[in-house]
Amino acid sequence: MKLKLFVVSLVVLLSFSIAFAQEDTLTVPPIPPDSALLPAAVTGLVAKDTDNDHGHAITLKWQPSADDGAGRQSVAMYEVFRWVPDLMTRIPALRDTLEYLKLRTGDGWSPPEPGSRTDSIHNVFASLDDAQLEERKESLEQTISQAIRDLPAAHAAYPEDGDWQQVAVAPAGSATAADVGTKEKDTPDYLPDYSDFYYRVDAVTADPAIRTASEIVGPVQSYGQWFNKGRLAVSVFVLIFGLLTIFFVQHARRGADLYVRPMAGIEAVDDAIGRATEMGRPILYVLGLGTADMIATIASFTILGRVARRVAEYQTKLIVPAYEPVVMAVAQEVVKTAYYDAGRPDDYDEDIVFFVTSLQFAYVAAVNGLMLRELPATNVYMGKFFAESLLLAETGAVAGSIQIAGTDEIAQIPFFIVACDYTLIGEELYAASAYLGREPILLGSLKAQDWAKAGVIALAVAGLALSNLAVAYDWSWASSIVDFFRVVD
Amino acid sequence: MDFSTFLWTTFAAFLTLATYSFLYKDNPFYKIAEHIVTGVAAGYFAILLWHNGLVPKLWFQRIDDGDWWWLWLNSSKPWYLIPAILGMLMWTRFSKKYQWVSRWPMALYIGISAGIAVPLEMSNRVNKQLYDTMADLNWANFFGQGTYAMFDTTSGLSQLLIVIGVVAALIYFFFSKAHTGLFGGVAKVGIWTLMIGFGASFGFTVMARISLFINRMQFLGGWGQEAFNASGTTPNPNYSAWYQVFFWLLALLVIGYAAYEIVKHLRSRKT
Repeated sequence: MKLKLFVVSLVVLLSFSIAFAQEDTLTVPPIPPDSALLPAAVTGLVAKDTDNDHGHAITLKWQPSADDGAGRQSVAMYEVFRWVPDLMTRIPALRDTLEYLKLRTGDGWSPPEPGSRTDSIHNVFASLDDAQLEERKESLEQTISQAIRDLPAAHAAYPEDGDWQQVAVAPAGSATAADVGTKEKDTPDYLPDYSDFYYRVDAVTADPAIRTASEIVGPVQSYGQWFNKGRLAVSVFVLIFGLLTIFFVQHARRGADLYVRPMAGIEAVDDAIGRATEMGRPILYVLGLGTADMIATIASFTILGRVARRVAEYQTKLIVPAYEPVVMAVAQEVVKTAYYDAGRPDDYDEDIVFFVTSLQFAYVAAVNGLMLRELPATNVYMGKFFAESLLLAETGAVAGSIQIAGTDEIAQIPFFIVACDYTLIGEELYAASAYLGREPILLGSLKAQDWAKAGVIALAVAGLALSNLAVAYDWSWASSIVDFFRVVD
Repeated sequence: MDFSTFLWTTFAAFLTLATYSFLYKDNPFYKIAEHIVTGVAAGYFAILLWHNGLVPKLWFQRIDDGDWWWLWLNSSKPWYLIPAILGMLMWTRFSKKYQWVSRWPMALYIGISAGIAVPLEMSNRVNKQLYDTMADLNWANFFGQGTYAMFDTTSGLSQLLIVIGVVAALIYFFFSKAHTGLFGGVAKVGIWTLMIGFGASFGFTVMARISLFINRMQFLGGWGQEAFNASGTTPNPNYSAWYQVFFWLLALLVIGYAAYEIVKHLRSRKT
């Protein structure tokens, strides 16, 4: 009996102790937000590959929540979520470890600060020797490569082994957002093409806990397009301009006399070379700071060819200090060809064109010094110029040289205008090469440019009229015509 | 400022003054500054190309899979060798016999660049400008609101003037038609439009240049203050006399050269 009483008492005590223990470990479940406070979800969510890009991006569109700007007006923003497989979230951590191993096996390794993220990785690998570290590094590199390759399969396993991650935020009133990743596989923003993505959009109130998720859309895949339709107008313009050029080049080749209006700056070139010959002083030709791939520099090569030919004929000295090695090499070829064309190959000297330096103001210092020591009769500046334009032109003016300049760098034209005797403004630089050369190809392209400009003027006036009429009379067709000319990069 | 920093700053002050001496005329001090900066720049450029270009982009490069490959051989991107070979062809310029080979990489480089430039220039300089010119004018606010608001960029009148300026400037750039008669008149409006723009650009840039000049003057002033420990930041008082020695040496150099030039000028006038 006593035993029974003891057992019963024990059971009762045990029950109480369990009950109290359970009460201690009980967590208060979160109070679900009052359903009356929840905003209405967005509707009509659509996710599709972003058009006219190189892939790695998804565009989402939706109908705003009924409580966004209307109803309870409780929506503060929209948060876009993408389902991300665990594999994808593990890659950054693997990369951190790989970076640590690279540092550890490389030169100049020093222990990380205690408590830092690198320190926590270091604690795991601290006891390994160099050979083991190298082995781990190689193994990890292979693991990361394999993980990247496995990403499409991991996405296809939705909804297994993954979670939702916020990828974009849009303010209230928005009906669209883009999830834009990169194509660089070794960056955290890498978004693999041809993988199944799933999205949802949450309408969020001022209290981030009070939100309503939309329906889930997917799968949707990103991929690149061969053609950017947003640049259709550019291709049409290039095509028309190309056809115009071919037509006028053929026209010029058949012997048509194409008129080019005189340009004072170019007419002065021959006079300036004559002046230099009479004075027994050199001609300084500056190609600017542009690289050989810039249109202004290419135009300058043509003018240099013409100047060099005249210089060779007159047996005057030419100085061409170059800013860039490739420009120097091309300029040497141009000058050499000009001397051969003039029938004076023996007068050609490799040092006519020489490299100075590729730092802007060091180049200016050298050319300025050259101007005051050589006192050239004529300075020709043709090509791409930047902040050095006035420094060069002012020094040339002090040295008493006749100066002819030409550039398509709009910000520098004013400086040449005030400090030089003649200035070719913008496109005149390109026209100058045609004017000097008188070759059918150049003359034909110049004529084509003029026709293209006439077309642009006509389109600008017509487009302006259409645009204003479209607003005044609500003509959507007129807006469509104007929108055709819009370029979307 | 510690002593070694002060020495370098004194050198920078010397180079600043030497460069400004060019405003008077070409002289030995300017030549020193010019040759130092040109030489340093050439050396710096060579090292920059070596460390930022050749070594990381060609000699050793990491492929997507994380491995490093020498000269891209046996890599997943062996075509990287093509620009390397083209670059090496440029070295044939040292041979008179095979110099012509260097024209191949140059031709390829310029040809590709010109090809890329055509759609880019068309897009940026033609299509985008054309579309922006087709804007609907602000008729509701044609003359702007308030004093001088007529030329506010948002007023309809300003927008109309921009369109007229664009058309006139384009007509100025017609090369296959003589600028005479009405056509010449419109072209003249075009060149005026351009000149107004250039004037504004000139003033804007000169303002920026003046701020650079002020910055240099502040640097020289700061250097002078440092020499006399006016800012009280000289860490070691044992060196304070040396700071002033360098200041007076530089001052003596400037005054001495100015005196030399004045005497030379006076002598040349006598003769």
